[in-house]
Formats: sequence, C-alpha cells, structure tokens
Amino acid sequence: MIGRMLSYQLLCSDLDTGATVRFMSDYFQDAVSTLISLLTLFSFLAVMVLSLVWLERKALGRLQLRLGPTRTGPFGLLQPIADAVKLVLKEDIVPNDAERVIFWVAPIIVVISAFMLWVTIPFTPGIVVENLENMGLFYIGAVGVIGILGLVLAGWGSANKYGVIGGLRAAAQLISYEIPLIMVLISVAIVTQTFNLVDIVNLQSPVPFVLVLPLGFVLFFVAGLAEVGRTPFDIYFAESEIVGGPFVEYSGAHWAVFFLSEYINTFAIATLTVLLFLGGWSGPFLPSIVWLLIKIYAVILLIFWIRGTLPRLRIDQLMAFAWKVMVPLSFYLVVCCSVYVFYEMPWWALTVMSLFGLLAVGVIIYRYITAPARKVAEVRERLRSLQMTQEE
Amino acid sequence: MMQDNSENQTIDMMLNMGPQHPSTHGVFRMELRIDGEKIIDVKPHIGYLHRGSEKLSEGEQYHQVVTLFDRMDYLANFNNELVYCMAVERLLDIEPSKRTEYIRVILCELNRIASHLLYVGTIGLDAGAMTPALFSFIGRDRIQTLFESISGARMMHNYFKIGGLKEEVPTDFVSMVKGIMPEIRQDIDQAEKLLTFNEIFLSRTKDIGVITADQAIDYGLTGPCLRGSGVNYDVRKSEPYSVYSDFEFDVPVGLDGDCWDRHWVRIKEMDESLKIVEQAINNLPDGDVESSLGRRLIRPSAGEVYVKAENPRGEIGVYIVSDGTDKPYRLKVRPPSFCNLSAIEPLLQDSWIADSVVILGSLDIVLGEVDR
Repeated sequence: MIGRMLSYQLLCSDLDTGATVRFMSDYFQDAVSTLISLLTLFSFLAVMVLSLVWLERKALGRLQLRLGPTRTGPFGLLQPIADAVKLVLKEDIVPNDAERVIFWVAPIIVVISAFMLWVTIPFTPGIVVENLENMGLFYIGAVGVIGILGLVLAGWGSANKYGVIGGLRAAAQLISYEIPLIMVLISVAIVTQTFNLVDIVNLQSPVPFVLVLPLGFVLFFVAGLAEVGRTPFDIYFAESEIVGGPFVEYSGAHWAVFFLSEYINTFAIATLTVLLFLGGWSGPFLPSIVWLLIKIYAVILLIFWIRGTLPRLRIDQLMAFAWKVMVPLSFYLVVCCSVYVFYEMPWWALTVMSLFGLLAVGVIIYRYITAPARKVAEVRERLRSLQMTQEE
Repeated sequence: MMQDNSENQTIDMMLNMGPQHPSTHGVFRMELRIDGEKIIDVKPHIGYLHRGSEKLSEGEQYHQVVTLFDRMDYLANFNNELVYCMAVERLLDIEPSKRTEYIRVILCELNRIASHLLYVGTIGLDAGAMTPALFSFIGRDRIQTLFESISGARMMHNYFKIGGLKEEVPTDFVSMVKGIMPEIRQDIDQAEKLLTFNEIFLSRTKDIGVITADQAIDYGLTGPCLRGSGVNYDVRKSEPYSVYSDFEFDVPVGLDGDCWDRHWVRIKEMDESLKIVEQAINNLPDGDVESSLGRRLIRPSAGEVYVKAENPRGEIGVYIVSDGTDKPYRLKVRPPSFCNLSAIEPLLQDSWIADSVVILGSLDIVLGEVDR
C-alpha cells in the first residue's frame, strides 16, 4: 500500500510537470509498487483467514457447549497455524483416473478469483490496492462468477461421481444466486449513481443503506450466504450427502487452497455487506479501519451463528427459493430504486417501498415455508380429537 | 457417465453410497441408480459388519452368550441383554426377583432414551445441522456415566445375568437416577427443540419417505417406524413382558408415516420412558438380585422358546433351541433394524439424493444388529 501511494505520488508529479513520456523505470516502479501492495493484501488476507478459522472453531464450539481449541497457544490461538502446517505436510494425492491438468488448475482458478475480488475492495479511502472508480461494483459482479468454473472443473477433473454432482450443484446454485446478488448491486448503484465503492460508503454518512434498502440488505446477505456456500446453503459440498462435493478427492495443500478461498470469499461477502449497507468505515471515536473490522466481524459472527443453528436445504428447495423468491424480489427492488431516483423522493420513501416489498412478499414466503409446520399443527389437532374420542 | 451424447440421450448414473460414507450409519452400502438428482432405483448391500453372532453363540455356554448380545445393537445394550435373559429364563422356567425386574426396566428405559438421543443427533447431522448432535450427546453422556457406575462399562455392560443381575446396584443408585432425571428431561428438550419444529427441518422431513400403515405391516416394520405410520403396536403394551404391566405409559403414534412422524414418535417416546423410570424408581422393591442359579452351568431341558421385546428400534425376537446341553443348539435373532431396513427400497424410490440420507437416518438402523 505504501508503495502504491508512493507510485501514485510519482505519477501525479509526472502529470503535474506535464511529462507525457514515461520511462522504463516508471513502469518498473509501478510494477514493484503493485507487487508490494498485492503482497500486503495477500498477507493481510492470510492473517484474516487464520483469524476466521480460529473464530469459527471457537464460536461454533461455544454455541455447541464445547470449548473449541484450547491446547495450541493461549485460547488455542495458534490452532489455525497448526492446521495449516498439518495440511501442507500431508501427502497430496491425485486419483489415477483424474484429469491431471484440470485437477491441478481448478483450485488455482478458485483462489485467484477469490483474490481478484479483493483488488478493488477498500478498507478505508486510503487503503486499497486499486479503487476502480468507474467500475468497482461492476468488477465485483464480474469477477465473482469466475470461481464457479473452478468448482465445476474440480468436480469433473477428480473423476469422482460425488465430485461431479457437487460441481454441477455448485454451478446451478451459484449462478442462480448470482442474479439477485447482482441486482442488489445494481439497485445500490442506481440509488448512489456511482460504481465507486468509496463514494458509496461516503454517501452513507448520515443514513446507512440498511435503513434505506432493508430489502436489499436481506437479499444481499442471503444471496451472499448461498454464494459462499454457508449453511443453510452448503449444498454443493454437503458433508452428509455428497461427502464434500468437488473437494472430495483433494487433500493436503490443494484442499487447503480451496479452504483458503472459501474463507476469503466469506470475508469478502461480509466486507461487501458492511461497505454497501452498514456504513463501511464510518463511526465515531475509533479509527475508521477499526470500525470496518468491528462491523465485518459482527457480520461474520452472524454467519457462524446461522451455521450453528440451521439444517441444510435440499437442492430443489434451494433453486425454488432462488427463482421464486429472491429473483422477483430483487427485480422489485431495482424498480423501487428507479422510481425513487426518477421522482427524486426523500430517502425514507425508498425505505417504505423496500419494507413493503419485504413484508408483502415475506408473508408469502413465510406461508410457503411454514406450510409443513401448519400441516403438523393440523395433524396434532386431528390427533388430539382422535384421542379425545377414544377416551370418551 | 462420460458417454457420447451425440443423440442427446441421457443415461442413468450408478452412484455407490457406502460402505465408507458419513451418513450410512456404519457400513451400510447402497447402490443408487440416479437420474440427475433423483433416485430411480436402489440396491442395498449389507454384511460388512457380519460377525456371525448367531453361530458363535452355539459354541458358548448360556451365560457367555450375553456378551454377544451386547454387541448386536450396540446402542441398546441393556435391552438386548434383557431379551436374551428372558428367553433363557423361560427355557429354564425360572423367575427373577421383583427387584431384579425393576432395575432391569429402569436401565432398559434409560438406554432407550440414550439411543433415541443419539438418533436425534444423527438425524440432525443427516439433515445438515451439526449442533443437535453435540447437544444430544450431553444427555447421552449423563446416562452412560450412570451405567458406568453401575456396571463398570459405558457400552458393553454384560450386567444382566440369567435369572438375576451380575451384582447389586450401588447404594446411591436411587438418588443417582432421581438426580439425573430432571437433567435428562432438560437435555432432551435442548437437543430436539432446535430441530423438531425448525422450518427447514420440517421441509426436509415432512412428506418425505412416506410409508403407509399397510405397507409398513407388510414389510414387517416395528417400533417407531411402524408407529410413525399410525399403527398402535408396542410389545410393552400388547404383550407385556417383565414388569411393564405395572407401569402407566402411553404409546405415541404418528399419522402420516413420513420421516417427521417417525422423528416425533421417538421424541415422545423419550418422555414416556422417563415416566416409566420415574414410576419404577419410586416403587423400587427391596430384595435380592442374585440369580437363583448361582454360578452353576445351565443345562435346560430340550425344547425351544421364542421371546420378543420392544427395543428402541423395534421388536426384537430371540429364538433358542435347546438340546439339553450347556450350549444353545441354535440361536436366531429377529433384529428390528434388519426388518426396518428392508423397507429402504420402496422408501427411496423417486426421492432425492439428499433425502436418501434423511430417510435412512429416520429408520435409525444399527449395522451391528443388521449384520449380527
């Protein structure tokens, strides 16, 4: 980052002096500074992933009346490092029938797409690898899809039927949930009239968008959960059905790479939720980066909490939920935002419209989802009347 | 799978599930023929845990066979020991003391709760929720600790003897059981509340794996799988054995015969078991638990006997033929898990891959008993 800023200043001074010719040394400097910032990003994300692994194990442990890791370091803080060392030292097995090239390339595709997403995500206005000013949101929507390819290839390349099923499930699920996700990005862009993430955060200074677009927040969070394959949407690597799906044949360092990208994606979805809806790094007293991290970890704890509570959906229920609920709702949201911008309404009008959508359709969803519960209640009623007649 | 699709034909895929699969409850193996995510056909394979218990018991003296019964349904050891002991007692025409019978019933019902608690955990895991499993193990652990203080073992107790018990229970047995009763009630609530009426769990289990009452009877289902279909049949009620006629309890019955009803029946059964334990511990008679046979070798007169009892998984039957020697001439077990598992084929037809593990979980099989 420092290198980046340095090169930025150099670039500016170049422009100031009106120099139109750039020397090789400038390009070299640019490349070095980009490399430095990317390495910084990589190490930052690695630290974040390690902290997430520890947090998940600890939080899930507490939810399940366990202690979580305790033996490695104080509070088990070194557990993720122990895990990483174990994974790297493990034998890397490639199945005989596997398509070797695809088998090796798939994890790389997944992890690269996970990293590419981070290039444009700002931590504060100053700390960012490259804030793509005119296409930040667009870039995120575009790059986020690449990871699917890696999952499908991993499933296919490992020549395992569970892997193939998992890969195809991943394709179906991720593409379906990509639509509401992108629609929410579009509606945020319509409201803010910009694709620039820094501007979007700055526009939230009086009112965070979670109040303006509550529907958008819910849609983004749910679609995000599905996008990173978190419970209750962990269908494509469902442990109890298809035994890890695309990852079933991977071991050692290759599996660790999938693991890494999964956590990076979780972290990315949490960060985007915070940036788009929870006011980003803005907050009183504390430095902005601290505020951002506090908010991100709050969202991540929510994700872990959901994981500790809910069972998994079935694939057809998942797809029905995407196409019958999420996609129409996200279209509705886009229409709301367009109307709001066109008639220049006050911001609370959008809140009302958004909430209306959330409630009206929410009731329908609720009735749809609780249909089995109501049937159970009805059955119990029948049972009770049956018992009463027997007693008479 | 990787055929030439030049004519746009789809072909079925064979998917082998098990014997090494996290959700087949041991070493059960299914050969699924699937079309996309739908199961067209299923071919179950068993026998990976066959230890020849029935044949082995022909070479053991009557007292020693109890150990083999411990290892059949390894989640309901006391229930299995009970049915074998009852069979030999009927063969010898002896009666254990009243105190023996009461302690046996208390332990069996606690074991039923422990077994059903494990079921709650595993059905949660099958449906993708990992927390209920850890919650349910707390209650199960409490019960096993009690068993350990009584018999010295947490699972393979070898505690029931023909005509009595191995030894008298510890002096604080009554207070121990009374002490853990409210805790177990809490544990059951905690374990099942997260699951039973959860919307996602309901949508995963309601109307899934439906088996009608007639079909269930045809396939010989027993226990919660039969009662989930609405058939009120419980050996403890219909042909009371041991001292079950002394206690008041209900037989919970489902209506639809789907996975959720089987689940619900088991949850309710735990409450009924607690009721039985409560009545038994409050009326625990004094007396001797020593077997009237002492340590003698048993040589029942030639003949045969069939005794059945209600296990957590259903009706278990033991058939013993005696030829007058100190070893059974032939011993045959009618295992509930095996008969319940026979319904897997019609249950899995036209269901989803994801449902297959839930349906298998709702049958609650124990492979040790299926293969023996």
